[in-house]
Amino acid sequence: MTNERTAATEEAVCETVWALEKESWIDRVPRPVTMLLLLLAFLAVWQLVYALKLISHIILPSPFATIADIVTVGVNLLTGDYMLKSLWTTTQEVLLGFMIAVVLGFFLGLLVGETDFGERMVMPYLVAVNAMPKVAFAPLFVSWLGFGIASKVALSAFVALFPVIVGTAAGIHAADQNARMLFRTMGASRWQTLTKLKLPTGMPHFFTGLKNAAVLAVVGAVVGEFLGGGKGFGELIRVAASMINTPRVFALIIYLSMLGLATFGVVIWLQRKLIFWHKETVAEDLFE
Amino acid sequence: MALENTLSPLPAGLPGRPVYELRGVSKTYKRRNVHALEKIDLRLTEGSFWAVIGSSGCGKSTLLKIMTGLLSPSEGSVMLSGKPVTGPRRDIGMMFQQPTLFPWRTAVENVVLPIEIRDGKKAALDKYDDARALLDLVGLKGFEQVYPNELSGGMAQRVAICRMLITEPTVLLLDEPFSALDELSRDFMDMELQRICKERNATTFLVTHSIPEAVILSDVVSVMSPRPGRLAATVTIDLPRPRTLDMMTEPRFAALVKQIRDLLDKGAFL
Repeated sequence: MTNERTAATEEAVCETVWALEKESWIDRVPRPVTMLLLLLAFLAVWQLVYALKLISHIILPSPFATIADIVTVGVNLLTGDYMLKSLWTTTQEVLLGFMIAVVLGFFLGLLVGETDFGERMVMPYLVAVNAMPKVAFAPLFVSWLGFGIASKVALSAFVALFPVIVGTAAGIHAADQNARMLFRTMGASRWQTLTKLKLPTGMPHFFTGLKNAAVLAVVGAVVGEFLGGGKGFGELIRVAASMINTPRVFALIIYLSMLGLATFGVVIWLQRKLIFWHKETVAEDLFE
Repeated sequence: MALENTLSPLPAGLPGRPVYELRGVSKTYKRRNVHALEKIDLRLTEGSFWAVIGSSGCGKSTLLKIMTGLLSPSEGSVMLSGKPVTGPRRDIGMMFQQPTLFPWRTAVENVVLPIEIRDGKKAALDKYDDARALLDLVGLKGFEQVYPNELSGGMAQRVAICRMLITEPTVLLLDEPFSALDELSRDFMDMELQRICKERNATTFLVTHSIPEAVILSDVVSVMSPRPGRLAATVTIDLPRPRTLDMMTEPRFAALVKQIRDLLDKGAFL
């Protein structure tokens, strides 16, 4: 009898625990569905704000008008019309800017992280330059490099450069004391320690820098276009905004962010290939 | 009492061919004006096992760094196999509290790393069979191609043991090698270590915080006292070999542990 009671009590306790651990309904819905739900909710709020005229219609278009314009711009892009050429111009600027930032940033990061000279003499200047509002250099780049693609590439690279430097330098410092001591007891040369220990250990930091740089490269290119004209997507946005064509501005921004996402995605893909041992973080998870 | 006989004021060591000899090793960090080590005398004979036990900050890491040749002593000399230690040497194997495996290398690639660094990739490839044999020796057969992320703490430490052994060192310097493991794995690894040392006739120098570990493994246990670090007392462990975990319940074992604990307590106030 006592045993039965104990068993019953135990079962009750178990049930309570299970109830506490039970997933809420939202955890059981597939993620794409929940994401879609959130988007729909957002659009509903937007439509509500629009319908109630809480904000002037000139500033905030209706979601439907915006979606219609997203389709228009999409068709234009797919048929290879002038917008595709603009997007290609901006893509070139972003890719070139990003690549310059990666190569230059890696070597500067190496200089600062690995050499005493770099750390003592170069680092303070880099910190000072990093503290400057980098987009303010745009007019300077335009006057130096003209209204063509070069000035935008330069600004894009300039803006994206610093995260790469920081990531590389932090990566080089990431190897712990024991690992360094182990390499010293193995009689490793400085080059071996760098290539076989410091650089591989620092890869995750380096890639954090690359991810920031991928996003900033787009920012740099577009700001360059705002301030220096040219034929890119930023110019399309500027023109649309000057005509108060707000749905168009929104639509263009959406497609522009695709460019940012694409660069970011390539970096994540590379990261997964190269640093398979590193645990994924939430930000990367988002991109699945 | 019998206990007193095992206590000698100077660590004279055991009979046999000396492998490692430290004479009057002192270390002062001039810049910080820290007197880290004071006249350390050590004589490790071939195939013997010497443990040093002491509180944190008693100069153990400084002593180990001097023994590996990473630091030069301010005074005194360090000789290994008749030659002075002036820099990192391949006849010294070293192991730390953390396995310090590299996650981008498989177990076997981690094991051959010292060879790759000293003799290049080609030599490392030639050592793969030896590396596999070593992994087999520590019970990791079948884990050669596994990455460290998939290994447990004890398994990772065993890979680190193999990496230490691949260069066939004459002496093993162990810096609290198993203190990050749980008690059960630790006991097991201690027995493994004893087996490996015997199999290879390795001369071993162990730094540890655990008195039972020091007693069950060693021929000689030195107690280190801090500021400046020196070997305050040395106890010869006369338990028969091979040691087993069952010995930990014997009165002789308990007596030795107590003796070392008393010495440590006293050392803290010196």
